[in-house]
Amino acid sequence: MTDEYTDNKLETKAADSSSGSYTPPAEAIPAKENPEQELYHAKSFWTKWVFCQDAKVIGIQYALTATAIGFIGLILSWGMRLQLGFPETFSFLGPATYYQSVTMHGMIMVIYLLTALFLGGFGNYLIPLMVGARDMVFPYVNMVSYWMFLVAVLVLLASFFVPGGPTGAGWTLYPPQAILPGTPGSEMGIVLMLVSLSLFVIGFTMGGLNYVITILQSRTRGMTLMRMPLTIWGIFTATVLALLAFPALFVACIMMTLDNLLGTSFFMPEIFTMGEKLDYAGGSPILFQHLFWFFGHPEVYIVALPAFGIVSDLISVHARKNVFGYRMMVWAIVIIGALSFIVWAHHMYVSGMNPWFGFFFATTTLIIAVPTAIKVYNWVLTLWRGNIHLTIPMLFSLGFIVTFVNGGITGLFLGNVIIDVPLSDTYFVVAHFHMVMGIAPLMVVFGAIYHWYPLITGRHLNQTLGKIHFWVTFVGAYAIYFPMHYLGFIGVPRRYFEMYDSPYMTSGVGLNQFITVAALIVGFTQFIFLYNIFTSWYKGEKSEKNPWKANSLEWHTPDYPPTHGNFGKELPVVYRWPYDFSVPGTDKEYIPQHVAPSEVPTAKAEQT
Amino acid sequence: MSQFDIEKLPKGSKGFMYDWGSDQRAFKGVPWGKAMMWIFLLSDTFIFSCFLISLMTARASTVVPWPYPSEVFGLTVFGTSVPLLLIAIMTFVLITSSGTMAIAVKYGYEKNRKLCGWFLLATAIGGLTFVGMQAFEWSKLIFHDGVRPWGNPFGAEQFGAFFFMVTGFHGTHVSIGVIFLFIFARKVFRGDFDTGRRGYFTSMKSDYEAIEILGLYWHFVDLVWVFIFAFFYLW
Ligand code: HEM
Ligand SMILES: [Cu+2]
Repeated sequence: MTDEYTDNKLETKAADSSSGSYTPPAEAIPAKENPEQELYHAKSFWTKWVFCQDAKVIGIQYALTATAIGFIGLILSWGMRLQLGFPETFSFLGPATYYQSVTMHGMIMVIYLLTALFLGGFGNYLIPLMVGARDMVFPYVNMVSYWMFLVAVLVLLASFFVPGGPTGAGWTLYPPQAILPGTPGSEMGIVLMLVSLSLFVIGFTMGGLNYVITILQSRTRGMTLMRMPLTIWGIFTATVLALLAFPALFVACIMMTLDNLLGTSFFMPEIFTMGEKLDYAGGSPILFQHLFWFFGHPEVYIVALPAFGIVSDLISVHARKNVFGYRMMVWAIVIIGALSFIVWAHHMYVSGMNPWFGFFFATTTLIIAVPTAIKVYNWVLTLWRGNIHLTIPMLFSLGFIVTFVNGGITGLFLGNVIIDVPLSDTYFVVAHFHMVMGIAPLMVVFGAIYHWYPLITGRHLNQTLGKIHFWVTFVGAYAIYFPMHYLGFIGVPRRYFEMYDSPYMTSGVGLNQFITVAALIVGFTQFIFLYNIFTSWYKGEKSEKNPWKANSLEWHTPDYPPTHGNFGKELPVVYRWPYDFSVPGTDKEYIPQHVAPSEVPTAKAEQT
Repeated sequence: MSQFDIEKLPKGSKGFMYDWGSDQRAFKGVPWGKAMMWIFLLSDTFIFSCFLISLMTARASTVVPWPYPSEVFGLTVFGTSVPLLLIAIMTFVLITSSGTMAIAVKYGYEKNRKLCGWFLLATAIGGLTFVGMQAFEWSKLIFHDGVRPWGNPFGAEQFGAFFFMVTGFHGTHVSIGVIFLFIFARKVFRGDFDTGRRGYFTSMKSDYEAIEILGLYWHFVDLVWVFIFAFFYLW
């Protein structure tokens, strides 16, 4: 083993700098490591659009399916809100149906909408394009991944139609109550939920392996890890988290299914129901909580990290400025991801664990605030003196920052044991997690859709409808969730069907009505957005290539919108990071990633 | 533009930094499928860890005595009861099949079709024997000793629950491996990897690397068995 080695980089062209002092970095084209990928060329309608192996189509399939089920989650929230706001007027939701709505709403939003949309949808569409690959490394497996997801969604939907209806155990599905009579859906609903989750995990694993390996092993020449757009870093880290966290959920699902169907007692202690002793003995409900939250907390970041990454890119492109502290941003993503595996029991402060555990988990939880705060500062510093274009993606990004800071600060409250104990299971928690993992990531989803819609369809979304969509959603979200913090402080418990005549309800009644009205308006606006998406598909204003003047590879494909194989004959060679905006020394306002230094000899770009 | 030459890359810790700082591939010279299998196995490790850690907590917190393994898993041969006899044989068979798998991989890379195929078959038969013996063990426990997932005459009921779940899950892994071993043995005998015949489902060409990837899976399943063995039978 020696220290000397011949560098792989070759063909150093002499830089013919004409203007004096600055010499652009030498140009090096590394040798090809990956063989040309052979793609499956679809011939029939079925293999082209239905059983399709092209990651771009799979991404759209994922996104549409996730959106469809997401709207069901939205409508369930309307039912709950009507019940909470006007319990006398709307009595169509009984207590059992309310529980079922809460549960299905929570699970659908977290798993089947956000996880599937960020990783399955954006991941599939963007990863190969942004790292300069023709497709995912194993397109066939990728296709199966989508169909597993679809089956998981169908099984979930089927639970609405079985005797007893879907499960009403809360999205945390805590045993023993989840599988005991008295909880709605304890007959069939819970089994279908567990089966659906297991299928989702299996399907996701197939896709997730593809995402990870495509990013690690199938980048184009010149695309080093530190030249990848932050979008890719976010999706990558989230996928790794998912591959390591979903196993715990999977195991918990198997064990609970066995408890339910075979009568094992993994999670079931000795228990009486209706005065009768059941056959269970010796199991530990707390074990389920540990397994669930070992998955559940990383899940929060599975949703958040892609949002972090995407929003960094949106801010940079629409403020025409490089991401402030790119490397710091990357490391923050990675560190947050790693830390997210050792904080799970902050969801279990009231489960009666050893107080020292609470101390440990509170400490780790608060440590996560450090890299997270770094990210927020860097977003703000990216905007600082940028050339901010108030486009719709930018509006949503700004909305994200504010909302995320808000939810993050309430998170600091809840991370401390003594503050969490009184606030646990109140509306304060509901407000917190909707802000931080509901609304904030959704803001990014919306911004990202307005940003990449032209790439996918070649047309812009309608701007007026978009502005309406943003302002109503943003202001409306605050109208919904701000009052909930207060409700939590006065002690309104979460997951309650009705408040009856409880003492808090003096100020709560009016607030609840107000929240409900806001929720209906916000919900309705999402249908406007849906309308916008479908009509703009064929009626929208045509977009020229690269309408936002972005640098990353997905905008610079020979065909626009990109076609099968993404990059035509030759894969692009990358020379720089995707954030060379407003580089001094050149009249080019932005320098795409594949532009060689010799093409912009005077640009004083940093070497990345 | 010259050829990519892996030999010329830096080695050791410097090589690690170079690889992760470089373009195209983070794991230099590692084909996509192999990298994918490694990451999958990492994920699968988490699944088995969750199972086994759950077992440990159940065992550590049980108030009813935990059954004594060498009693439960004993086998009576010629009138004397030998503890762990069947398990010892099962473990031996499975580990041996790891050996034959390794040989199959070697012959695969030498493009020795015949021997590669035969050793794959031998591995598959080893796996099949293992699953068969496991079926025998299960039926003995169920029909002879009255062990059920929801209870058993020896002590804590979680014993049966975890035993059937974990060995069942592992057995499923072995069975899936056996199926693929048979499929790949057929492919090797037919010469698919030499002629570049396309896969039935994926319609993609494949080569002898696939054997090594299958080998990784197979060794992993064996390794997991060692842990299961330790936790159920020796603890
Ligand atoms: C306009 C949008 C939304 C409205 C009006 C809404 C409303 C509600 C309501 C009323 C509850 C039940 C509170 C209770 O009784 O305890 C709830 C629970 C929940 N929501 Fe939302 N929600 C919305 C969007 C979202 C989104 C985008 C997410 C994604 C993370 C989400 C995740 C959850 C979760 C995880 C629960 C807890 C379920 C449980 O307690 O088991 N929600 N939501
Ligand atoms: Cu958490």
